[in-house]
Amino acid sequence: MNYIKDTITLSGRLIKHNLRSLDTIITVVAMPVMILLGMVYLFGGSMQIDGLPHSQYVSYILPGILLITIATGSAYTALRINIDKTNGMFDRFRSMPISKSAVLSGHVLSSVIFMLTSTAIVLGVGFLIGFRTDASPLEWVLILLLIIGFAIMVTWLSVPFALAAKSIDGASSFSYLILALLFVSSAFAPTDNMPTALASFAKHQPMTNVISTIRDLFASNNVGNDGWLSIIWLVGITLISWWLGTRIYNKV
Amino acid sequence: MENKIVVNGVNKSFKNHHVLAGVDLTVSSGSIYALLGANGSGKSTLLKIITGLHDMDTGEVTVNGLELTRNLRQIRQTFSLNSQTSTTDGVLTGFENLQLIAKLRHLPDPTKVADDLLNQFDLTDARDRRVAAYSGGMQRRLDIAMSLVGEPEILFLDEPTTGLDPKSRNDLWEVILDLKRRGKTIFLTTQYLEEADQLADQIGFLQNGHIVATGTPSEMKKLGGHSRLQLILPNTDAIESAVKLLSDFDISEQEDGSLMVNLDAGVSTSLKVLTLLSTHNIPLSSFQVLAPTLDDTFMQLIKGA
Ligand SMILES: Nc1ncnc2c1ncn2[C@@H]1O[C@H](COP(=O)(O)OP(=O)(O)OP(=O)(O)O)[C@@H](O)[C@H]1O
Ligand SMILES: [Mg+2]
Repeated sequence: MNYIKDTITLSGRLIKHNLRSLDTIITVVAMPVMILLGMVYLFGGSMQIDGLPHSQYVSYILPGILLITIATGSAYTALRINIDKTNGMFDRFRSMPISKSAVLSGHVLSSVIFMLTSTAIVLGVGFLIGFRTDASPLEWVLILLLIIGFAIMVTWLSVPFALAAKSIDGASSFSYLILALLFVSSAFAPTDNMPTALASFAKHQPMTNVISTIRDLFASNNVGNDGWLSIIWLVGITLISWWLGTRIYNKV
Repeated sequence: MENKIVVNGVNKSFKNHHVLAGVDLTVSSGSIYALLGANGSGKSTLLKIITGLHDMDTGEVTVNGLELTRNLRQIRQTFSLNSQTSTTDGVLTGFENLQLIAKLRHLPDPTKVADDLLNQFDLTDARDRRVAAYSGGMQRRLDIAMSLVGEPEILFLDEPTTGLDPKSRNDLWEVILDLKRRGKTIFLTTQYLEEADQLADQIGFLQNGHIVATGTPSEMKKLGGHSRLQLILPNTDAIESAVKLLSDFDISEQEDGSLMVNLDAGVSTSLKVLTLLSTHNIPLSSFQVLAPTLDDTFMQLIKGA
């Protein structure tokens, strides 16, 4: 299949971009690690979570940190798509006898690969500083699928923003939106302790569902409704962004 | 000669802005066609339509005898496009850029194709350097090399030499002429009249959405006007007397102090002028007959708009 071959060739190019950009690697891997270390060693002492010994705080926040890693990566996905659009690279590829959608798929594939790699590194740091899990192999598979699903969702969500943005800065600004959503979720503290208005928002937004599901799976607890809600959010947002993204892509 | 590209009544609007209003042109096989036009006249838009990147509103384009929109995939096998912005990848090396295109064209040996092209374009020494560190001229050469991967028959070059110094520009002209010798058909746009003059077999002036004039470079120059005789006189006395003496001719004084005699009536007019000057003992420092240039045609066409 030429479509698959072309997608792999094109994503190979973008993986080189990621690996050769020190800035990308530092931001995407080092920033979440700093947040993790800061939360655990600086603020961890003052964090009081009911029924949770302080030593387990790292296990509490790790799922949120993993999603932050993915969200940070999306800024670079958007950046690379926007650069290819503005500097004419899309024109070159699209005037060639290759499948038109392979160009976008190449970006999506390399983005997801890069996000998963950086997430794995951050997870490794988590283990080093005391993260422990009771997850069974099946639960590990579910966690992996959920993280892949989240990476695909965030990547596709970045596509319409990246294509519509007039400037490179505009292209990556949406990822701050996702980061903001992550901070106003149960990532660092239970939503119950938030002011009422904020709490009801934080409780019902997609990030909280995904974080709770991953947290429960790591702890080998019953996932409950969060699992289904996560899947609905992830699939729904991905489909809408995919539809919007390809529509804009066909016009630029 | 067989027609490689035929453009027939192409119309294109962006919202209310009618950019192309019935463009007709033909490019014959193995020739160089230069599309001239002011900024914003729609050169890039036309190129994007012919290469299938933009849809046209109405009109018809045929490439190699095939109607464009229905045979786009097949036609894409036969051409390459260099857009106005240089489309090399600065993060990759020159070799990797060429290899990437060779892989996307599904050629059997991408490494060999890349190395051969680097050699041909004098870039072997820079093979493993990132393209961001190339000079502007090297980037343009690589850009064109990338378009040659897979040996397409037709090359579309949108302002290939913009931003290059005169030496690099001359080098690139050599490259383009060499491609023509190898039988390629080349469709280029340019702002430089000299470039069209040097390279093109056929020139088209795009203005107000139409090709307002078309022809070989020498035909186009004739459109611009006629030859002129420039007289350079040693002092103001001489200038004054000359102006009086030559009042029957179409004469004008230039800013630099020289006199310009229009040779509409034919070049022999200059003999009459020179004879008159010498019989009246008016001293002359030097003189020359100026042939019309593409600049004249360009200015004339723009003024006529
Ligand atoms: N995608 C677009 N959307 C809206 N307007 C456009 C678009 N592309 C081009 N135009 C407009 O169409 C006109 C022609 O643009 P085009 O780029 O084809 O000109 P050009 O002759 O190539 O100019 P230049 O010499 O500056 O490259 C311009 O007025 C431009 O603003
Ligand atoms: Mg242009």
